[in-house]
Amino acid sequence: MNEKSTETLSVVVEREIPYPPEKIWRALTQPHLIEEWLMKNDFKPVVGHRFDLRADWGTVDCRVLAVEPNKTLSYTWEAHGLESVVTWTLTPSSTGTHLRIDQSGFRPDQQQAYQGAKGGWPRFFAALEQLLARTD
Amino acid sequence: MPYTHEVLFKTLADPTRRAIFERLCREGEQTVGALTARAGVSQPAVSKHLGVLKQAGLVLDRHEGRQTHYSAQPGALAPLIDWTSQMAGFWQSRLDDLEDLLKRMDQ
Repeated sequence: MNEKSTETLSVVVEREIPYPPEKIWRALTQPHLIEEWLMKNDFKPVVGHRFDLRADWGTVDCRVLAVEPNKTLSYTWEAHGLESVVTWTLTPSSTGTHLRIDQSGFRPDQQQAYQGAKGGWPRFFAALEQLLARTD
Repeated sequence: MPYTHEVLFKTLADPTRRAIFERLCREGEQTVGALTARAGVSQPAVSKHLGVLKQAGLVLDRHEGRQTHYSAQPGALAPLIDWTSQMAGFWQSRLDDLEDLLKRMDQ
């Protein structure tokens, strides 16, 4: 677990995929392929590039933050007025690739404030989940 | 209210406000005066934070004589817990489609 994900509220999904990183990278970065599993888009693997993901239910505004071919891809994800950062990490494994997606639910410019604050979000949420469990 | 989580994120983004809410969760009902004594900000500032928390449904107020007592409503946080589980579900289903695509792709 990296420092960022322990200091912000985040969603992490991991999966072993029986294909090499190079092939998965193509599916993550080529617009006509992205459309097949995610949404219609005008993505370009260029840092700073702004793009939209378009679905029936609305549009997600995005900006590319980091591109390291076959290893890491990161972009902002703004929908319903909430900006988050989506980071893909590809790690070669004996059977193919360990694919990890991490979505952190806060603006990058706010993360420092959260990290500096005493009592980070994860502890806060852990405590509140316990409370919720009790009040149910 | 489809995007309740957005209001909750914004309400709890302020560390002072979050600390006040946490104290109410932990220690139960308190007056503005008692909260101010340990908040490190002025009473009007604490009152303002409590007003924002109340608007988001995170605290309730109860008047007794000249005092107002505030209590936490942790159940109001449920949409935030929902947000994380909804996004996790969204990515699981996208990854299912990604795997289907990879099967169809050459090489």
